[in-house]
Amino acid sequence: MELAYGHPKSLKSIQTKYCPGCGHGVIHRLIAEVIDEMGLQTKSIITNPVGCSIWADLYFDFDSVQPAHGRTPAAATGVKRMLPDHLVICYQGDGDLAAIGTAEIIHAANRGEKFTVIFVNNAIYGMTGGQMAPTTLIGQHATTAPEGRDPINAGMGYPIRVSEMLATLEGTRYLARGAVNNPVNVRKTKQYIRKAFEAQMRGEGFTMVEILSQCPTNWQMKPLESVSWLEQNMITFYQLGEIKNTLSDAPASQAPKA
Amino acid sequence: MAEEIRLMKGNEAIGEAAIRAGCRAYFGYPITPQNELTAYMARHMIAKGRTFIQAESEVAAINMVYGAAATGARAMTSSSSPGISLKQEGISYLCGADLPAVVVNVARSGPGLGGISPSQGDYFQSTRGGGHGDYYTIVLAPKSVQEAADLTYEAFSLSEKYRVPVLVLADGLIGQMMEGVVLPEPIDPATLPRKPYAVGHAQEMGRDYNHVSSINLVPDELEAKNRERFQRYEVIKKELCRYEEIEVEDADIVFVAYGTSARVSHGALMMARERGLKVGLFRPITLWPFPYARIAELAAQGKRFLSVEMSMGQMVEDVRLAVNGKSEVYFYGRCGGNIPSQEEVFAEVARLLGK
Repeated sequence: MELAYGHPKSLKSIQTKYCPGCGHGVIHRLIAEVIDEMGLQTKSIITNPVGCSIWADLYFDFDSVQPAHGRTPAAATGVKRMLPDHLVICYQGDGDLAAIGTAEIIHAANRGEKFTVIFVNNAIYGMTGGQMAPTTLIGQHATTAPEGRDPINAGMGYPIRVSEMLATLEGTRYLARGAVNNPVNVRKTKQYIRKAFEAQMRGEGFTMVEILSQCPTNWQMKPLESVSWLEQNMITFYQLGEIKNTLSDAPASQAPKA
Repeated sequence: MAEEIRLMKGNEAIGEAAIRAGCRAYFGYPITPQNELTAYMARHMIAKGRTFIQAESEVAAINMVYGAAATGARAMTSSSSPGISLKQEGISYLCGADLPAVVVNVARSGPGLGGISPSQGDYFQSTRGGGHGDYYTIVLAPKSVQEAADLTYEAFSLSEKYRVPVLVLADGLIGQMMEGVVLPEPIDPATLPRKPYAVGHAQEMGRDYNHVSSINLVPDELEAKNRERFQRYEVIKKELCRYEEIEVEDADIVFVAYGTSARVSHGALMMARERGLKVGLFRPITLWPFPYARIAELAAQGKRFLSVEMSMGQMVEDVRLAVNGKSEVYFYGRCGGNIPSQEEVFAEVARLLGK
């Protein structure tokens, strides 16, 4: 009998340290499935961030490099430049990418570095226990925004739409935003990842898939509540879909003008 | 045919030596007085099909080195003092992950932004790890353009042999001056073996998957990892201590100086000898490992020491540790970007000798 559905080879079949309802497990699985489908397990390298997913190297069954907080795109640059025929995945959270590593992500994107960023946006710092992130929504509570994020009176700034910001840079070729709150969005997110990985292996420019993800523990919700909170609050602010697609196989309306 | 002697700036000789050592990736950021090195690498690395990136910051540059080093490639960055401070986080991670890399510091005066003139004020930072955590890096201190080229070339293989980053500690004078240099034989990076610890080419290497990382939350495991690294440090101390001695044998007072201040001290030594004063020069070439044992031997012979530095007195602490109270240790220094003249160093040693 043909195996129709099973555990991906590129993901170890062990229990993760992630909390119940956390999106990292689903996102890990999507990455592993695409790698398996593309036959790239032995040619994949992930640079994992500082944050909850620092443990990604425990779960992915391929090579990994763990750099300093926020420096993930710089390290991924070094890896990819030395190994251009490998699939290099720069896995980052919102603190790693949008706060401490802002310079690194902007300049890696602007250089058109040929790796793929998987940007997990859960609007909070997970590992350190629920501090405000650059992507925390206005009014959202965090240990460092106990009354909710207040951009005006408390001077806490506004949530950053990273993908839209990066879309202005000419080095970026494919930017998409997915979510893992329901099966439809999970499947779409997988398609985005596949497109990005394929573009990377064709040697096109910078690709990134931003993924809205639940953090029930630090949102102080039950997993089910967190799923609907994401839908009602995050998706309305961080709109889903392909934000930029100038890949060689892009639909005509989005392809670069000749 | 005689060896070709080229007239080169220190910064450019360092760049050429790195290229000849098989450096596959250079990542830099502009800062004076090392800019010729970055420009040289831009000209020659890209032309050779190797990687050159002008990074967005020193922080990014050292982390690009980290990524390239994780693949087993020979990788390098360079900067000057304030930029080296920014790289310390990355150097700590390189040490934590046991990755080889070469970092060149064409040092300037500080603290803070300080000035762009030569200084030796980075001795503590260079020889005591420099970043967070328990570690050291090998520190090589050239005194000439020739030695800057030779030590940079060798830095790559030393770094791989011991799996520790190597810091080449020059200064603005070594970087900016021109001297004749005979360059080492070029190594084709394609001929260098793949590294068993590196990521990439997993299938061809027939190995399990590699994880390059410095994190470990289990205290016993992290302690064991650190102890293993310190055992390697003991091997380095045994195998690598390097120094040069000039007229030390009959000397009453021995200058201890490295790099530019050793050149000045050599001039002061010649002035002293012309006047019949028994003065020698001990020049550490490796600042870490520091040649404590040899200085201790000389101290046991009753020799006194004058540490001559372009700082307010940093290496003098290592000289005192080596001498361990067995003899007298004096200090003479200039700072702020000033280079002591051989006359003033001579005057100081003559004063100490009561002449």
